[in-house]
Amino acid sequence: MFDFSTIVDLPLIWGLLIATAIFVYVLLDGFDLGIGIIFPFAPSDKCRDRMMNSIAPFWDGNETWLVLGGGGLFAAFPLAYSILMPAFYMPIIMMLLGLILRGVAFEFRFKASDKSRHIWDKAFHFGSLSAAFCQGVILGAFVQGVEVEGRNFSGGPFDWATGFSMMTGIAVVCGYILLGSTWLVMKTEDVTMEWSRRVASYVLGFVGVFMALVSIAMPLMNDQIQIFWFSTPNIFFLLPIPLITAGLFGLIWYDLYHKKAEYRPFLASIGVFLMGYIGLGISIFPWLIPFKYTIWDATASGPGLSLMLVGVVPLLPLILGYTGYCYYIFRGKSSNEHMY
Amino acid sequence: MLDYLDPILLARIQFAFTISFHIIFPAFTIGLASFLAVTEWRWLATGKEVYRDIYKFWVKIFAVAFGMGVVSGVVMSYQFGTNWSIFSDKTANVLGPLLGFEVLTAFFLEASFLGIMLFGWGRVSPRMHFVSTCIVAVGTLISAFWILSANSWMQTPQGFEIMADGRLMPTNWLEVIFNPSFPYRFVHMVIAAYLTTAFVVGGVGAFYLWNKRHIPQARIMLGMAVIMAALVAPTQLFVGHMHGENTMHHQPAKVAAMEGNWEHTNNAPLYLFGWPDQKAEETKYGITIPGGASWVLTGDVNGEIPNLKSFAPENRPPVAWVFWSFRVMVGLGMLMILIGAVSAFQYFRRKLFESRWLHGWWMLMMPSGFVALLAGWFVTEIGRQPWTAYGVIRTAESVSPAILGPQVAWSLLAFVVMYTFVFGAGSYYILKLIGKGIPAANDKEQYYGHGIEASVIESTAPQGDKNV
Repeated sequence: MFDFSTIVDLPLIWGLLIATAIFVYVLLDGFDLGIGIIFPFAPSDKCRDRMMNSIAPFWDGNETWLVLGGGGLFAAFPLAYSILMPAFYMPIIMMLLGLILRGVAFEFRFKASDKSRHIWDKAFHFGSLSAAFCQGVILGAFVQGVEVEGRNFSGGPFDWATGFSMMTGIAVVCGYILLGSTWLVMKTEDVTMEWSRRVASYVLGFVGVFMALVSIAMPLMNDQIQIFWFSTPNIFFLLPIPLITAGLFGLIWYDLYHKKAEYRPFLASIGVFLMGYIGLGISIFPWLIPFKYTIWDATASGPGLSLMLVGVVPLLPLILGYTGYCYYIFRGKSSNEHMY
Repeated sequence: MLDYLDPILLARIQFAFTISFHIIFPAFTIGLASFLAVTEWRWLATGKEVYRDIYKFWVKIFAVAFGMGVVSGVVMSYQFGTNWSIFSDKTANVLGPLLGFEVLTAFFLEASFLGIMLFGWGRVSPRMHFVSTCIVAVGTLISAFWILSANSWMQTPQGFEIMADGRLMPTNWLEVIFNPSFPYRFVHMVIAAYLTTAFVVGGVGAFYLWNKRHIPQARIMLGMAVIMAALVAPTQLFVGHMHGENTMHHQPAKVAAMEGNWEHTNNAPLYLFGWPDQKAEETKYGITIPGGASWVLTGDVNGEIPNLKSFAPENRPPVAWVFWSFRVMVGLGMLMILIGAVSAFQYFRRKLFESRWLHGWWMLMMPSGFVALLAGWFVTEIGRQPWTAYGVIRTAESVSPAILGPQVAWSLLAFVVMYTFVFGAGSYYILKLIGKGIPAANDKEQYYGHGIEASVIESTAPQGDKNV
């Protein structure tokens, strides 16, 4: 039995890997969930067909990152998995039900008659909305921490429902709309693109307000986080994070207003998410069950992590490679038409 | 009534319900992906359009079934944690890497190349498209490899040690992955998936022959299905028998329940019918073949087979469930062998494509694979009870502590409602596609389209309404 725990810090590596997987999930499923949320408000059925076609080849791969997040947490940090899943029972089930609805909507919408297609349009919208909102709620409740006794969750079934988690739920919905609408600016043309620009500029302000609110609330809720961010010299090292974020907001606003750049708003939105994610991540690090268990407490055993590391080192670049290849195959603007 | 709100029972029902719904789709898509790969290969090799028609027709059904498999599968990867957190905590060090490898080696592969398979026609070369189909087909098999390894480890755990706090630690990965029941279960399941698909494809072919539609395509569908049924169904009987012998050595209580055998006896009878009564500890109303069970399992009518009374009552599985599921599975398997043999016989008499009565049987047999597959899983999963990891962790000690009955109850209800709606609609759309038939042969330009009207399109191509 090989075991690298004496050579490298396995929990730290796996913490970074899982965090990366979750971030990739948030970005990738973020834009297609976002498109689902704004779907019914598009100006015409043809727009909706274009929107759907722009994500149809990718959604399945995007959602696989969520399975990797869940499976990875189970494999690498079983303690966190077995505490957090019961703690967030209700939002997780609601998220899964939402993902089922919107996932089948892709294929069913293609197969449905013109008369019944609206059912799957609605399923796509409400499924995406509930999945996005629940993910935000889970994020907020996770940051606030859960009640633990020994190796088990010991709180009540509604502990996750707090004002803060409701706010993060709405914040994630807005964030996904930003990703989805800037994706559409990149991948569609004409009316659909114009409309997406308007949606993006509208939601941009909300995203800014919610990011500010979360940034204010986090240090207020926890002294450790407050000290971490506002003591010298930390504050100088950390200052670039809010500054870059503000710069990216400016850039997105500029691009949307001047209607020229088509790729940059999406890339800058990714940047905004990255900054927010890094900000959250370094505030919570090294806690995995905030303020109860660190990544080193919750880790799986050395042999399991070592075996998976041997697998991940060649497989992850391979996965990223062929995922990139698929995005490359379907590059360019999507259409509602079927001729080529 | 309140007794039924037992959280353990509810959690078990929820798991049984969601996994049973889930397994139908992967089983179907494992077979269908390989079938599509073969069809596309025949098309590229022969250039005959009839193969292209068949591919184009089944790939749409594949897309619906695959989508439903994906969304019902995401549920599974979280349900371990929500309802079975203690089991997860105890076994994660052993099972976690297996499930992790399933995602890394199979799920991403399938999901990524599925996009090219469905939407990539015209964007990649025919050769690359064929390669994508093959990758998806291989991906489904890799996925089956890992998940069956994990499941088999729960049936026949080995290669671990138990820590002071009750958690399991792996000691030998090869022993974990290639645990004793894994090779048998893997082969048995993959063949089951192929047979399930064969009877669906053959049934659809027979349906078109019956209605005198799409005759050239229908002959190929039925013909390929007959090859599978005639050769693979008997193989499955042999593999299933080997699997049964393996189970007798490693999980004797399960085999005792399958045979409904309570007493210590040489010369155990084979029950064709019977009603196992768990309380009275006997199998009532038996119609038996004397010495049959002994002969099947040991090759000797006086051989000794496992008996239920040698296990304490709290260590016995629910006998009637296992006993009857086993008979349903074997009965349908025998029927498949019979239909395969009769169809092959008719083929050599050059009457396969004209025998309407036989086409009727093939149509009736369309759901048989799914029923047999579920029955088989009922045998092996219920037969494992009362353990989650056989002999190591009890089911009652696996369930999440913080889960109260009401939480599991409402989520079970929500799953039942959602699955009925979503998968009812999915089955309806699949049947609608079958009813609609294969599009006319003059529509060649749109052939590989997949989407509202068809697929995502090249940006350089002329596009209809520029003002949309």
